[in-house]
Amino acid sequence: MPDRLRASYIGRGLVPVAVAIAMLVVGSVAFHLFSPWWRTPIASNWGSIDSALDVTLWICAAAFVGLNLFLAWALVKYRHRPGHRAHYEPENSSLEKRLTFWTAIGIAGMLAPGLAAWGKYVSVPKEATVIEAVGQQWQWSFRYPGPDGVLGAAGVKYITPDNALGLDPLDPFGRDDILVESGDLHLPVGQPVKIVLRSKDVLHDFYVPEFRAKMDLVPGIVTYFWMTPTRAGTFDILCAELCGTGHHEMRGKVVVETPKAFAAWQAQQSSFGQILAEAPPAAMSILLIKANACIVPPSWSIR
Amino acid sequence: MATTLADDLRPLHHPHSWVTKYVWSQDHKVIAIQYSVTAISIGLVALVLSALMRLQLGFPGLFPAIQPDNYLQFVSMHGMIMVVYLLTALLLGGFGNYLIPLMIGARDMVFPFVNMLSFWFYLLSVIVLVAGFFVPGGPTGAGWTLYPPQAITEGTPGHQWGIATMLVSLAIFVAAFTMGGLNYVTTVLQARTRGMTLMRMPLSVWGIFTASVMGLLAFPALFVAAIMMLFDHFAGTSFFMPTMQSMGAITDTQGGSPLLFQHLFWFFGHPEVYIVALPAFGIVSDLISVHARRNIFGYRMMVWAIVIIGALSFLVWAHHMYVSGMNPYFGFFFATSTLIIAIPTAIKVYNWLLTLWRGDIHLRVPMLFAIAFIFTFIHGGLSGLFLGNVSVDVPLSDTFFVVAHFHMVMGVSPVLVIFGAIYHWYPKIFGRMWNETLGKLHFWITFLGVYAIFLPMHYLGILGVPRRYYALGETAFIPQSVHLANAWISIAALIVFVAQGMFFFNMIWSLFRGPRADPNPWGAASLEWLTPDTPPGHGNWGPHLPVVHRWAYDYSVPGAARDFIPQTEPRT
Repeated sequence: MPDRLRASYIGRGLVPVAVAIAMLVVGSVAFHLFSPWWRTPIASNWGSIDSALDVTLWICAAAFVGLNLFLAWALVKYRHRPGHRAHYEPENSSLEKRLTFWTAIGIAGMLAPGLAAWGKYVSVPKEATVIEAVGQQWQWSFRYPGPDGVLGAAGVKYITPDNALGLDPLDPFGRDDILVESGDLHLPVGQPVKIVLRSKDVLHDFYVPEFRAKMDLVPGIVTYFWMTPTRAGTFDILCAELCGTGHHEMRGKVVVETPKAFAAWQAQQSSFGQILAEAPPAAMSILLIKANACIVPPSWSIR
Repeated sequence: MATTLADDLRPLHHPHSWVTKYVWSQDHKVIAIQYSVTAISIGLVALVLSALMRLQLGFPGLFPAIQPDNYLQFVSMHGMIMVVYLLTALLLGGFGNYLIPLMIGARDMVFPFVNMLSFWFYLLSVIVLVAGFFVPGGPTGAGWTLYPPQAITEGTPGHQWGIATMLVSLAIFVAAFTMGGLNYVTTVLQARTRGMTLMRMPLSVWGIFTASVMGLLAFPALFVAAIMMLFDHFAGTSFFMPTMQSMGAITDTQGGSPLLFQHLFWFFGHPEVYIVALPAFGIVSDLISVHARRNIFGYRMMVWAIVIIGALSFLVWAHHMYVSGMNPYFGFFFATSTLIIAIPTAIKVYNWLLTLWRGDIHLRVPMLFAIAFIFTFIHGGLSGLFLGNVSVDVPLSDTFFVVAHFHMVMGVSPVLVIFGAIYHWYPKIFGRMWNETLGKLHFWITFLGVYAIFLPMHYLGILGVPRRYYALGETAFIPQSVHLANAWISIAALIVFVAQGMFFFNMIWSLFRGPRADPNPWGAASLEWLTPDTPPGHGNWGPHLPVVHRWAYDYSVPGAARDFIPQTEPRT
């Protein structure tokens, strides 16, 4: 390249891109400190997830600031100047080994609290009560196990207009199940709960930002997660897995309240048995045919 | 020098007409340009879609023409086009085609006819993809991940024909890629010129080579997933379809597994991230080394890092599925494997920085883009550690944090490399120089603009703002300031969008009016700058193939007269 042309391509003196990178680092840190957007106040036991995020953030922030300031410094210090020549050094294995070692330490420092929190996330405590959330395009329903503490069998094949959650009408464990169709989910504060998830149609995801926890609903299988609500209040339930046109409108509410208020609320809800009792006989036959109950007992003793 | 078999020009079939030279061309350089122009054209469609998405997110309600269905269609088509039809096609079909034979000293790809066929299949896949916009119901709105069951059930836009064109297009694309990929791999292994050992190859070739091997192993997973979903859709099978309802009516499917599709998709999808990233890693290594006038630092480590990343990337796919409902105990394995992959990736970052360190840095436009890449890649790589670290992923998954992360790491970063690479090799490809002022302006607006777009998105995600939402509506935990942020992000995005016009104007105008370029304007040592003609003619090397005596990074060697020694210069 002719010198005249080359000269015009050479950065001299001030190095704007180095200044820009240093400013972006300072700006990012300032943005972090002053931006109004951060985690919602936590309302569950998953403080360990928040801590793991904090540890990850601090290690990553140190790397971000350190590496980029080194970049900016190198751009200024080693900018082209007449007569300046680069240093020839194909490799420096001791430096590379040290960098690898310290990176591995940093990675392990992040991974440890992350895996520890995950260990808790996958271990449902024995005392957790079971509550079911059922998703469909585009609404939420819920089911409580009732006095026997066991959710009755359920499946898409049992669904009829009078049995919207698809409970097996022949399963005695389902009779006392309490159904909340497209209403609010109520949870007693301080009580660990295993939320089992079932979808009638497509993928959904049960997501309450304040709880930190979330899990997909997958048609055909039952998924779950657990948590303990720690703060009374009303929170939004969102769907966090794309489920079609109405995805953004698939909302629900969860009300976390004292065990007393929860018990009072639960007493007002109807059980599957009550719903069946009120169903007209014609609807009942449809319901039983769905359950492959070939002979309909004439006395409706099934009630 | 005696004429060897490799020097024999007769098998090249020199084209005799305009049609065989520029349309049905078997010249890797022409095919590279055909691939690139097609990829960039369809990429522009995806760019327009992103602008439409930003209009809706930034100013909800202001554009009544954008309905929820349209929004989801924009999201889905934008994602798929950018990842597969732009980035993969441009980096491998475009840069891979152009650079491999020139950088290893070959006359062409080893299978020129298959290479030509690869492009025409690719073009066909793009045409079928675009047809999706015109079928009844429009293109699919199932997200670029195309998860069943919703991809093929009522309630999702394009569930009837849009998804079908998408799946057929992907299957054709995989066929095109397989033809190209086999060519790239075989060419690198079989057609290197004398002296060009594997460990003397420029890192661009290493990146493209490894990505091609990965593509050959990963794309079949996408191919079978696409075919299986087509069967579910049209032939009544239930690979991915369980007993379920659709819009309140029971379907006649049973026993299938939606999670099976997710595993197939991500077994392709995660390596795909590196299929895009590794060529970018390789190319940016070369840009940094050339413009810093310094050998790439730790070359052998860089090669091994590329190979190790490529291998490990097949063991991390389920980190996209921590909250998918798969067995949660998988999380332990996939979090560990994912964070381990950060180590070779970090080594690459260190070595780029250490290449600049004690260098003689010339800040021309390609170098500016390379430096911007280092910055955005550090940012995007680090945010990936949040998402890989299983429990930290739980609150962040399916929020704007994920959107911000993958745009920084595999959207913005590779695109900055692509810009840098186009500015860098343009003088060789077209024999002309572009306008520097416009190039710099393009750089500054793009670099600062994308950061203004994506930095705030991370924080919206940490707050919990979900992705793929047509509108946030009234949500208690989302303050008014989030809507302001969305408007601001949209304005930044539109500025960046418009600024790309400068790039296209510069490239097209310079094609005709740019000053004639020097054959080796940057003083680079690798083979592609040493062709007898600029642009290189058919067969690349004139009567004799070059003979290589050294690696591609002899910059500023002590005692040498110039600050670079071409690869063809014998050792003394």
